[in-house]
Amino acid sequence: MHYLDVVILTMVIFCAIAALSIKDLLGTAILFGAYSFMMCLLWAIMGAVDVAFTEASVGAGVSTVFFVGAIFRTTRRTRD
Amino acid sequence: MKKLGLFVTIICGAILLYATGEFPRWGEVRSPASLHVSPHYIKYSVEETDVPNIVTSVLADYRGFDTMFETTVIFCAGLACFLLLRVFGRDDELTPEEEKGIFYRHLPTGIVIQFKKEDVEIRHKDFEVVDSKLVPYDLIIKTACRVLIPFIQLFALYVVAHGDFSPGGGFQGGVIFGASIILLAIAFNLRSAIEKINEKLLGILSALGVFIYAGIGWLCLLLGGNFLDYGRLASILPVDPIRARALGMLGVEIGVGIAVMAVMIIIYINIASAGRHDEGL
Repeated sequence: MHYLDVVILTMVIFCAIAALSIKDLLGTAILFGAYSFMMCLLWAIMGAVDVAFTEASVGAGVSTVFFVGAIFRTTRRTRD
Repeated sequence: MKKLGLFVTIICGAILLYATGEFPRWGEVRSPASLHVSPHYIKYSVEETDVPNIVTSVLADYRGFDTMFETTVIFCAGLACFLLLRVFGRDDELTPEEEKGIFYRHLPTGIVIQFKKEDVEIRHKDFEVVDSKLVPYDLIIKTACRVLIPFIQLFALYVVAHGDFSPGGGFQGGVIFGASIILLAIAFNLRSAIEKINEKLLGILSALGVFIYAGIGWLCLLLGGNFLDYGRLASILPVDPIRARALGMLGVEIGVGIAVMAVMIIIYINIASAGRHDEGL
């Protein structure tokens, strides 16, 4: 169980840094969804199943769709 | 400027990490959070409210006033999205998509016809309007979604109704139900989703959800108790006050579910079609 914690935390940090540094905004949205899903797994490991459920449905599910919808209406590449 | 930003970020991160060291250990019995009210909830919530899931009883009963305003916040988010993005009057300038005209697909043959003039409108069961960014007719995606969507909706209803006993509740169930409609909009097109559940209905539903929540609170007030004191509902329901608290929680969870479901769809439709409600993702 302890090793699983370390692996998921590493993935969380990796996804966060990658989502910030990548230029393609669609990729950022997907990485952010992956980040939310990893957070959801962490909540589930800590026993907060209700929070994990919310994180999975809102964070990894619907907000990713909203991001993709917003990118669809703007530009896919960021300039900064 | 970039270096300054990095510097500030590192300083803030270092302070945060330093402060994290002062936190009580995870699951510490003597931490302030688990000294005052938590033991009461853990010991007595089942006998006081008849709800096995402590999280639900804290969220919807002991902290019901908080949750009511959380629902209001979600409602306001939907309202803000609608007011900011929705295009009401049509200005004379045509968007690049509208300059290309309107596309109709003849369903029996699959032929797509393009009309340049705006005032030509075909209303016939053999024709459907298609998006100007031509999306191929994909039978596999549509059939798969047609099979999946009812089960997703059924699961959403289960999550709302079973929030008392297992993880879940109004927020999660509402989001899942909204996601099933969003899946419909993505797999088919935005127009057919709006035909199924139109804007007016969504607006009414989002307000109705908040109204159900506040209405149950007022009902308790009218029956002589405090605001959101569900035990008072026992005088109009054929159950004892403890069971009435569980039923009151179920009622407000249903309200939350309806509001969240409608708001999620409103936000999606307005973002994906840039407020024009014609074509989207």
